[in-house]
Amino acid sequence: MKQAELVIIGGGPAGLCAAVSAASSGAKVLILERNNALGGQLVKQTHMFFGSEKQYASTRGIDIPNILLNELDKYKENVEIMTDCTIVGMFEDGVITVIHKEDKYFKVKPEAVVVATGAFEKSLVFPNNDLPGIYGAGAVQTLMNVHGVKPGDRVLMVGAGNIGLIVSYQLMQAGVKVVGILDAAPQIGGYLVHASKVRRMGVPILTSHTVKEAIGTDCIEKAIVCEVDNKFQPIPGTEQEFDVDVLCISVGLTPLNELLAMRGCEMKFVPQLSGSVPVRNENYETTVENVFAAGDITGVEEASAAMVEGYLAGLCAAAKLGHKSDDFEEKKADYIKQLDSLRAGPVGEKILSGIEQILVK
Amino acid sequence: MRIEKHPILDFDKSKKVKFTFNGQELEGYEGETIQAALHAAGVKVLGKSIKMHRPRGFYCAIGNCSSCFMIVDGVPNVKTCVTDLKEGMVVETQEGKGVIK
Repeated sequence: MKQAELVIIGGGPAGLCAAVSAASSGAKVLILERNNALGGQLVKQTHMFFGSEKQYASTRGIDIPNILLNELDKYKENVEIMTDCTIVGMFEDGVITVIHKEDKYFKVKPEAVVVATGAFEKSLVFPNNDLPGIYGAGAVQTLMNVHGVKPGDRVLMVGAGNIGLIVSYQLMQAGVKVVGILDAAPQIGGYLVHASKVRRMGVPILTSHTVKEAIGTDCIEKAIVCEVDNKFQPIPGTEQEFDVDVLCISVGLTPLNELLAMRGCEMKFVPQLSGSVPVRNENYETTVENVFAAGDITGVEEASAAMVEGYLAGLCAAAKLGHKSDDFEEKKADYIKQLDSLRAGPVGEKILSGIEQILVK
Repeated sequence: MRIEKHPILDFDKSKKVKFTFNGQELEGYEGETIQAALHAAGVKVLGKSIKMHRPRGFYCAIGNCSSCFMIVDGVPNVKTCVTDLKEGMVVETQEGKGVIK
């Protein structure tokens, strides 16, 4: 059995910030990351972040992991990092089971854990939605921005939220034709600054439209698109065809919550937070003592919010283990204030109404 | 299928890696995944679904969805979207659940 004081599951934005926060407070931290590199989904975010300076606004997502790793390096005597670690279980007695590099199995029983596993992409139901060429928007981003490979020649984007708009722009940066962006909602969900950017480049955004069917034998060759009414029902006779070799699905993400559910944390399905999320207190501690959660697993938001949640959860987890820094209250109040300001505005209203349903005092 | 010029990013293409796909010799680059190398070579069908034998490509590219399972060096159910390409790898499309040897 491996020993650890605080285990952090996931080395993405939330996990890395939790590690910085906890290690700087004096806790001994072990980060377990499934991938062979840290940074989570930041490694493909070529766009500059919004928010304030504290959440690395005006910095490209791809540059943030190194900033956080340099920060973490200051407390390296308190930090152990293990990559290529898939967590296979979290048990009632606090034991976490891990497979390292697909062949070594070990157990670790920490005093506390911060689960920061993130989220995964949702799919959309329509005939032939499993054809190769139909890819998640994040997957397309990985392929282009991490590996330098074009997903195809002609892309139709489904979803006009921030990810759909940003990835459309990034596809054009990579030299790929985007034939259009659809969204079933009557208005564009993402920031208008992103929407205007792609519109200026001549990409039509079709609101109140959805995919009716994909056509192709081995791969997608055509997408049939139609208009929907205000109850999201297809309107007959409005079909149009797009010749595409990629249909990019950007219809949101849902929390990767299996480990928390397995551990016995009380979970609740909250549509505003995009799925089943843990009931928690303001310290981001779940209903199981010493099991904390941070980032998209507590509700899908932007990476900026995930980072602040990570700082807050790491700070509180360390304090719970007896590493309460002198400026604990000050830092905690600052993180809460940062989250409040990130959640100002219409999207934030939805998030806040979701948090209301899972927050226990 | 590779990006030639990008306004923000540079891609390290310094070291070529040779591998085979269903017996055919292909080339990729060190540091990329098996699936990325295959996609760059125009290979989009990575396997067949278990019951209906429908073509399968990648979907999430971060090791979550199981859509990119292939047989690599004789081992089935390898998540090719998160497994790095290595010199001399033998990559095959997978049909069915795979057999543990």
